[in-house]
Amino acid sequence: MNATKSYLSKTVEELKPSGIRRFFDLAAGMEGVISLGVGEPDFITPWSVREAAILSLEQGYTSYTANAGLMELRDEIAGYMQKGFGVSYSPRSEIIVTVGASQALDIALRAILDPGDEVIVVEPSFVSYVPLVALAGGVPVQVQTLKENGFKILPEQLEKVITDRTKAIILCSPNNPTGTMLSGSELEAIAQIAEKYDLLVLSDEIYAELAYDGEYTSFAAISEMKKRTILISGFSKGFAMTGWRLGFVCAPETISQAMLKIHQYAMMCAPTMAQFAALEALKTGRSDVEDMKKSYKRRRNYFVQSLNELGLTCHVPGGAFYAFPSIESTGLSSEEFAEKLLLEEKVAVVPGNIFGESGEGHVRCSYATSMELLQEAIKRIGLFLKRNQKA
Amino acid sequence: MKLTEKQIEVLEILENNSARIPVEDIAKMAELSKEETETILDKLEEMKVLVRYNSVINWSKVDGHEGVTAMIDVKVAPKRGVGFDEVAQRIYRFKEVRSVYLMSGAYDLSVIIEGRSMNEVARFVSEKLSTLDSVLSTTTHFILKKYKHDGTIFEQNEDDKRIVVSP
Repeated sequence: MNATKSYLSKTVEELKPSGIRRFFDLAAGMEGVISLGVGEPDFITPWSVREAAILSLEQGYTSYTANAGLMELRDEIAGYMQKGFGVSYSPRSEIIVTVGASQALDIALRAILDPGDEVIVVEPSFVSYVPLVALAGGVPVQVQTLKENGFKILPEQLEKVITDRTKAIILCSPNNPTGTMLSGSELEAIAQIAEKYDLLVLSDEIYAELAYDGEYTSFAAISEMKKRTILISGFSKGFAMTGWRLGFVCAPETISQAMLKIHQYAMMCAPTMAQFAALEALKTGRSDVEDMKKSYKRRRNYFVQSLNELGLTCHVPGGAFYAFPSIESTGLSSEEFAEKLLLEEKVAVVPGNIFGESGEGHVRCSYATSMELLQEAIKRIGLFLKRNQKA
Repeated sequence: MKLTEKQIEVLEILENNSARIPVEDIAKMAELSKEETETILDKLEEMKVLVRYNSVINWSKVDGHEGVTAMIDVKVAPKRGVGFDEVAQRIYRFKEVRSVYLMSGAYDLSVIIEGRSMNEVARFVSEKLSTLDSVLSTTTHFILKKYKHDGTIFEQNEDDKRIVVSP
């Protein structure tokens, strides 16, 4: 056997493992850690939803569903998009139920990219965008946002990186990790660029339910944009259903039918019991979502103000459940800060550089944690900062 | 009575958090100043909307404090002019009585009693409650175990099952 032969694809070999992994390993063995490192709700899926999944099992719904998902669920998703976001999609031809928003993102990129096509990723960004573009054969082009602009992308920044090969822009609003939410007019400015250069927009709207200040605008709802939008969403964040792995993607028919081809060969369909759970969530879960959202908003108010008082300056995130404070006052790098804070005070946060270069100098703190723990975390961060302020 | 949005928000925060939550923290959560929050709390107390800062205690866990709780269905003969109010008043003034509700259905008043022992409760029912003029009959149900009380689940083993760091 030739010792130098690699069995792995070049693309995979060149992929960097997620930086979150290292922190997970570091924190996993420790006791009494307050975790602000999680990207998921601290609420358990509402009982009525869990109960609906149990009932579906009792009734024996254990077989495949249609590739694109239970028709009843797609109908309900269409109604949800229409009522909640003012966009109408055909449940038969424009909606696919997926294994989480992550899979939706994967099939969307694979459906639209040819080797060498460029995709603009707005940074700081969710950890999987860049690798997924690469896995689909594309070339990720990262654009860095600035904290001075509240991590909002400016149209001229986008325009600067557009080339003949640019195929799409990935947007995430409200954003993971910054919590930044783009307003309707800010999205419209991006829409004009998409129109001008004939680009697709992958709009990751997984946090749409968790928009606290002002009206939430779906990118697909902007005039003329539905035809160039691939809207990605799911149940994980808003409905507290991360472990169910249930998402969906809405797109114009030609694109969604192309995505469906990949989905049917790679995944067949999303898990049936999770689909029944999602159906119940859409039918009866609204008040639970509202309660959770209220609670997150109050915790955000408390947590962000407390961080600012401690000297970790932080813009007010308009949505999602992340605060993204600057740690520059400590003189530490984001990795050093996160590691020291974990080892010295047992508070887990995620270093900002994991989300792209522009995240350096920041850490991501999830406030999807009980008020008691947030209060304790603030106390511990305060103690940590007393010892670790730059002289 | 009509409350302001912020007054309602402060009440919801109190309801969903420990009564020990500092005023400063309530203020931050509701985006108010500390002084504004104190004013709202004072006003709510004055209006008797905020009646008491309660703690839910699982006494069954504390040796020597187990106690006995009984729910008693009471049928009464209402009186002209005062209806059920007069007899309800006579009942709720006893210190053993935790709650009194006027009910629709098979009986009229639901009375919740707490005593140190089953004997104590039994004596209260037979000597005090049943002997009231308007009381026609009583049916006593002893509570065997409290699973959920005032929205709080006792003995809940719902630790955070999330991994410490996740995307």
